[in-house]
Amino acid sequence: MSEEFKVEIVNPEKSFLVKDDVSEVVVPAFEGEMGILKDHISIISFLKPGIIKILSKSGDENYYVEDGIVEFKNNNLSILTSTIFNLADMDKSKQQDLLKQAEEEANKTDINDQSKYLADQKVEVLKTLN
Amino acid sequence: MASLDDLKKRIASVKSTQKITKAMKMVAAAKLRRAQESAEKGRPYSEKMNNVILNLSNGISDKENTPKLLSGTGQEKTHLCVVMTSDRGLCGGFNSNIIKKAKSYFAKILDEGKELKIITVGSKGNDQLKRVYGDKIIENISFKESKNANYFDADKVGKMVIEKFEAGEFDVCTIFYNQFKNVITQIPQAQQIIPLNNEGEESNSEESYEFEPDEDEILSNLLPKNISTQIFKAMLENSASEQGSRMSAMDNATRNAGEMVDKLTIEYNRSRQAAITKELIEIISGAESL
Repeated sequence: MSEEFKVEIVNPEKSFLVKDDVSEVVVPAFEGEMGILKDHISIISFLKPGIIKILSKSGDENYYVEDGIVEFKNNNLSILTSTIFNLADMDKSKQQDLLKQAEEEANKTDINDQSKYLADQKVEVLKTLN
Repeated sequence: MASLDDLKKRIASVKSTQKITKAMKMVAAAKLRRAQESAEKGRPYSEKMNNVILNLSNGISDKENTPKLLSGTGQEKTHLCVVMTSDRGLCGGFNSNIIKKAKSYFAKILDEGKELKIITVGSKGNDQLKRVYGDKIIENISFKESKNANYFDADKVGKMVIEKFEAGEFDVCTIFYNQFKNVITQIPQAQQIIPLNNEGEESNSEESYEFEPDEDEILSNLLPKNISTQIFKAMLENSASEQGSRMSAMDNATRNAGEMVDKLTIEYNRSRQAAITKELIEIISGAESL
């Protein structure tokens, strides 16, 4: 039996990516990175800013996300996110822009702990990309 | 009867109006295709989101402590209505249909003695509502600058609604928009988004999920997003409806202008002929009297 399953990434504007020959997906779940293989138990979780790694026969892909929800069921992985970028398409200036935005957000004083935490996460992830 | 010169002028003006409406129809048709496409592309997201929430709310263990966004504040005293209209006119009954629907809902609420608050999205709705319900409108948002409906704008509205909800400014929130069915038919919709109305929908999965972190936390994270998603969906449907409505309205206008030109042309020819005949009679009777 093959060890592949289907992944679908949707953002509000469109269906961002559909792949059905994926062997493993690593998502930045809220409580830490989570690797999903075939026949994983049904799970719902949400994402923090980070990198989604998709490993498949046709090559590995990396995506940067800021938030989202993952749902895995019957070997179908759905990722709903509002902000997603393919790292391969992302150049230095785009990265810098995002980093600047995130840093500004993290330095705001009037935000609550959770959004502060998320903004810090963003900065951290974006820094490691450079 | 109008003079020949007047008729000529009128024909020319109707013809140039026809040119404008024709051009608008073409533009609307092109925009409609794009709007329809993006409305269709946006559907999977809101459907999936709905599904996840359905699964979550079924799996929730502690019924007492469900987030307020899902279960409501326990009372229905203050209603917030988000009326979504377009920023531009000349689109047939598009805006007035939404307003009509909204107004009948407002009347019902006020009859029941409940409090009413209105947020208008799009300037046309604000223009029509402020005459009667001016004191009820608490916010007016317009996205004239953004060309297409985008999630960023929807998120702004969503965040505002949630902020007001958390401040305890209202108990029930309903959004009004036009659902796109086809080019000729758009159905004005009133959709309640707070508290979320999931009754009657059965979860399609028997399976239980594993949640990480627990259900409550995911739900409280997810529900605000769902609000924005629903608003975004409404915006997409609305923009497709607006273009569809405009297209059929302009199509009608073009046809009516054509009819009018025909009628005026006949009248013009007839009065021209009458003038010639009159002149001839004058000449002949003048010659005869000699």
